[in-house]
Amino acid sequence: MGEVLVYVDHVDGAVRKPTLELLTLARRIGEPVAVFLGPGAEGAAAALAEYGAVKVLAADAPEFAEYLVVPKVDALEQAAKAVEPVAVLVPSSAEGKEIAARLAVRLGSGIITDAVDLEAGAEGPVATQSVFAAAFTTKSRVSHGTPVITVKPNSAAPEAAPAAGTVEQLSVSFSEAATGTKVVSRSPRESTGRPELTEAAIVVSGGRGVNGAENFSIIENLADSLGAAVGASRAAVDAGWYPHTNQVGQTGKSVSPQLYVAAGISGAIQHRAGMQTSKTIVAVNKDPEAPIFDLVDYGVVGDLFEVVPALTEEIKARKG
Amino acid sequence: MSLRIVVCVKYVPDATGDRHFAEDLTTDREAVDGLLSELDEYAVEQALQIADAADDAEVTVLTVGPEDAKDALRKALSMGADKAVHVEDDALHGTDVMGTSLVLAKAVEETGYDLVVCGMASTDGTMGVLPAILAERLGVPQVTLLSEVAVADGKVTGRRDGDAASEQLEASLPAVVSVTDQSGEARYPSFKGIMAAKKKKVESLDLSDLGIDEEQVGLAGAWTKVEEAAPRPPRTAGTIVTDEGEGAKQLAEYLAAQKFI
Ligand SMILES: Cc1cc2nc3c(=O)[nH]c(=O)nc-3n(C[C@H](O)[C@H](O)[C@H](O)COP(=O)(O)OP(=O)(O)OC[C@H]3O[C@@H](n4cnc5c(N)ncnc54)[C@H](O)[C@@H]3O)c2cc1C
Ligand SMILES: Nc1ncnc2c1ncn2[C@@H]1O[C@H](COP(=O)(O)O)[C@@H](O)[C@H]1O
Repeated sequence: MGEVLVYVDHVDGAVRKPTLELLTLARRIGEPVAVFLGPGAEGAAAALAEYGAVKVLAADAPEFAEYLVVPKVDALEQAAKAVEPVAVLVPSSAEGKEIAARLAVRLGSGIITDAVDLEAGAEGPVATQSVFAAAFTTKSRVSHGTPVITVKPNSAAPEAAPAAGTVEQLSVSFSEAATGTKVVSRSPRESTGRPELTEAAIVVSGGRGVNGAENFSIIENLADSLGAAVGASRAAVDAGWYPHTNQVGQTGKSVSPQLYVAAGISGAIQHRAGMQTSKTIVAVNKDPEAPIFDLVDYGVVGDLFEVVPALTEEIKARKG
Repeated sequence: MSLRIVVCVKYVPDATGDRHFAEDLTTDREAVDGLLSELDEYAVEQALQIADAADDAEVTVLTVGPEDAKDALRKALSMGADKAVHVEDDALHGTDVMGTSLVLAKAVEETGYDLVVCGMASTDGTMGVLPAILAERLGVPQVTLLSEVAVADGKVTGRRDGDAASEQLEASLPAVVSVTDQSGEARYPSFKGIMAAKKKKVESLDLSDLGIDEEQVGLAGAWTKVEEAAPRPPRTAGTIVTDEGEGAKQLAEYLAAQKFI
């Protein structure tokens, strides 16, 4: 079996869950070789090894943080030249997709984005995608060059499979394009202490029905009782009630949790595009005709201001 | 010197329609009415604002697509763009993102540009990678996924709101930018704008005008292959209860039975 390059998404050396999912999927098509860029490779290596990385190619340079995307493309391109992998897997984050895109051009490869599953096939890896707002499921493959595939979070349950995970330095020479787009300043987001929206097992979202920023605490309290992440519809975001980083849907995050709870959300196609693949869907809406009810496993027709706080109390009581 | 802005816009099937695949597993562009991708309206809007702020600027809207894609160009012209370029060729049917980006890159170079403005993603393909690919092909910086953008002194600056951080970016022109739906509502075409658009020029180009081989595009030239497309099985109808004081309790029981509590 050939080697599969897996691009590591991490925050200051802490490997994010989607990367562990990628390592798990990579093992179906070859031997995972992780590419780790930035500081902290030694610390991250243990987690990468535990999930099957036979090797960790590591590089650190100020360019990775000071310029947008291209320095990382340079590194990945040079890793690909050194390893000659059978495929390159990258997490489907905004940045991940752009890295994969430029890499594909350089490798002369086709690209598939937002895969939700991956299998070995006779003619190379076969990617499953969910398209047209999840109304269709497709299977595709890259038919030219080294397959470059980005994979959505929550596409596989991470499974440990310890491997060597030997750290090797990757020496990167930066292209002229690397310094093209300067990151002049960066203000990190404050952590809410809640799970990451795209990675969470449970998501509780509020929409226009929440009717005001001050009322979002109702949604947050339910989320906290379930250990869930908080989402919002675009109507709620546009009204300024909740940050855009929490928006679920076509132009927000795409989530696929075990449980999705929609409160005061009608279920417009663009919202569905981001949550329709959730395993279990529950809604509270006072309009029995709301399209969200076509999707639900369990729906309550009622006023969210009554139902949601009572549900939170009920959950707290049951959890003791 | 005039600032030359090219806006890439896509003509897409209406997302609220019943979208399908054709028999050859390409997007069925007949079954559902098409329109200018809503996310590209934001690109047109930002291009027009950048042009307004410049002393002298020209905004060209560019699309690669079938004959009907002219509708998308007309809409952008009626919003206020100066002229339009339509790349249209029968051989383009089934082209994937690598082929489309090749055609757009050639067309952008042919038109002449200082700034290319794209939407954040097309509403049909939803890949969101074309702007980065275009920048790579053109060999210019990408300043992408901006919720705020400005051009001054030969530089483009903007704010990119990411998950982990909000970043302030800067690059020299020429460059490719993409803007998100957070960049500000797009204007509606005025009656005057609609009338004026009728007189504006739409230039039509085919592959030979751009020096592109038919083999490089189309279904046969694509570097990806869709092997299967199946409608998602309908969700089994769920239980729906009306709250008469017991709704929360019933829902909690359901969640407990599903082991979420
Ligand atoms: C290009 C494009 C991209 C888009 N991207 C997204 C996206 O990423 N995400 C997204 O969400 N939308 C997106 N939209 C917008 C989408 O079309 C809808 O407008 C939006 O999802 C509506 O949000 P909503 O359901 O909260 O509001 P509404 O549609 O107004 O629904 C509110 C619901 O709350 C219910 N309600 C009101 N009060 C109560 C109460 N007290 N108790 C219980 N229920 C109550 C009402 O019955 C109603 O069903 C996009 C649109 C376009 C054109
Ligand atoms: N056929 C096309 N013609 C013109 N512009 C396009 C075309 N396809 C994509 N684009 C541009 O690229 C952006 C991202 O598209 P995508 O990567 O396909 O999601 C869109 O918002 C458009 O600005």
